[in-house]
Amino acid sequence: MAEWIKACEADDVDEEDVIRFDHGSRTFAIYRSPDDEYFATDGLCTHEKVHLANGLVMDDIIECPKHNGRFNYKTGAAKGAPVCVNLKTYPVKLEAGAVMIQID
Amino acid sequence: MTATMEKKRDYSLVGESTRRAIETGLASADWYHTDVPRKAMKELMQRSDGPAIRDTILWFALLIGSAGGGIYFWGTWWCVPFFFVYGLLYGASSDSRWHECGHGTAFRTRWMNDVIYQIASFMVCRNPVAWRWSHARHHTDTIIVGRDAEIAVMRPPDLVKTALMFTGILDFRYSIPILFRQAFVGLNEEEKSYIPEMERGKAVTAARWHAAIYIAAVMAALWMWSFLPLMLIGGPRLYGTWHMVLTGLLQHIGLADNVVDHRLNSRTVYMNPISRYIYWNMNYHVEHHMFPMVPYHALPKLHEMIKHDLPAPNPSMWHAYKEAWPVVKKQLRYEDYFLKRELPPTAKPYREEFHSLAMPAAAAE
Repeated sequence: MAEWIKACEADDVDEEDVIRFDHGSRTFAIYRSPDDEYFATDGLCTHEKVHLANGLVMDDIIECPKHNGRFNYKTGAAKGAPVCVNLKTYPVKLEAGAVMIQID
Repeated sequence: MTATMEKKRDYSLVGESTRRAIETGLASADWYHTDVPRKAMKELMQRSDGPAIRDTILWFALLIGSAGGGIYFWGTWWCVPFFFVYGLLYGASSDSRWHECGHGTAFRTRWMNDVIYQIASFMVCRNPVAWRWSHARHHTDTIIVGRDAEIAVMRPPDLVKTALMFTGILDFRYSIPILFRQAFVGLNEEEKSYIPEMERGKAVTAARWHAAIYIAAVMAALWMWSFLPLMLIGGPRLYGTWHMVLTGLLQHIGLADNVVDHRLNSRTVYMNPISRYIYWNMNYHVEHHMFPMVPYHALPKLHEMIKHDLPAPNPSMWHAYKEAWPVVKKQLRYEDYFLKRELPPTAKPYREEFHSLAMPAAAAE
């Protein structure tokens, strides 16, 4: 069953950056785009299970810190080798200054 | 210091060492990283087109100029210095351009990385698809025996083979048959172990394009009844590869294998500015492996930031070879022997609790 959970305060994420958010045994990446929108994806790269929160956000791309694999963090689309499998994305909303993500 | 003779390493990617690396957790392990504040790392990782455009314009200008000189003076001794420069830029710089653009860190603009990656892959005789995956594995499992497809000097070292590397003969003899096998037969089991199924067709297509260009160059040479076309295409991998080997061998030679700390298996060496241009700063090799997201032009800055946590860099290539040579010689008799370099007092210690399981007790400090 889907539920909304608080991931972080909106100010915790710098513009055009990403942070890690752990919830139970799961890990997520929370993004703030250059145009000040928030997004959420699974926290680990689909290639080698590396935390994407240590990577680089450029426009709408997150680049994995280990092998430079790239995803569009807004859609989860893998953008070429060495990543081939898309990233799962999650709905996000802002509520009273907090970033909420909907997980299943 | 003790040294023991153990079972020889199995460098196949589908053999006994592979099984052992997976079982012991050495494969796809969590590697040591020096702490760098996120803000500083974000700045270091920033991409920019400027430095790589400048370097690439210079690279192509020098390639075209030296090729032109070589063609103009062909048949006289005056062509030698031109082909010396052309060979160096074709046979050695292509490796570093292939490498940096493969990481996607040279340029900010994606297509620029892709174009130079394709050109450099051809020049360096590497399948652009297959090698992208082998290099990803090299970063996942750096110098893990049975996992890393890019271990240049295996143990026990073969000194004749290593010396011949400087001529490019072995690499050429190895690369061209692989290229034609990939083009006309397909990928083998080892290649399939690191190239995902969905990418294999692209690897075969790339091999066919490369093969077609080589066939065209050979046909042009036959038609002209001259070596000149082969001096320009393919040949520089033989006569111009020495600098790539000179710098590249130092990356890991004589250091530990089967460890999960790049400070133990990689080497940073200070080099002259010309070598650094040709090599695109890969002399900062510990830094590159620890943080592959940092572009080549930011590596000197990263080095300054984390050198307190790394073994002292070798002050020159000469110093590095002088350090590695006795180790390599000893590995002829004791293949487990390696150089374990001392960390400065400001560094975090090596993770002995993990490495002691994987590394034989045969280190020289």
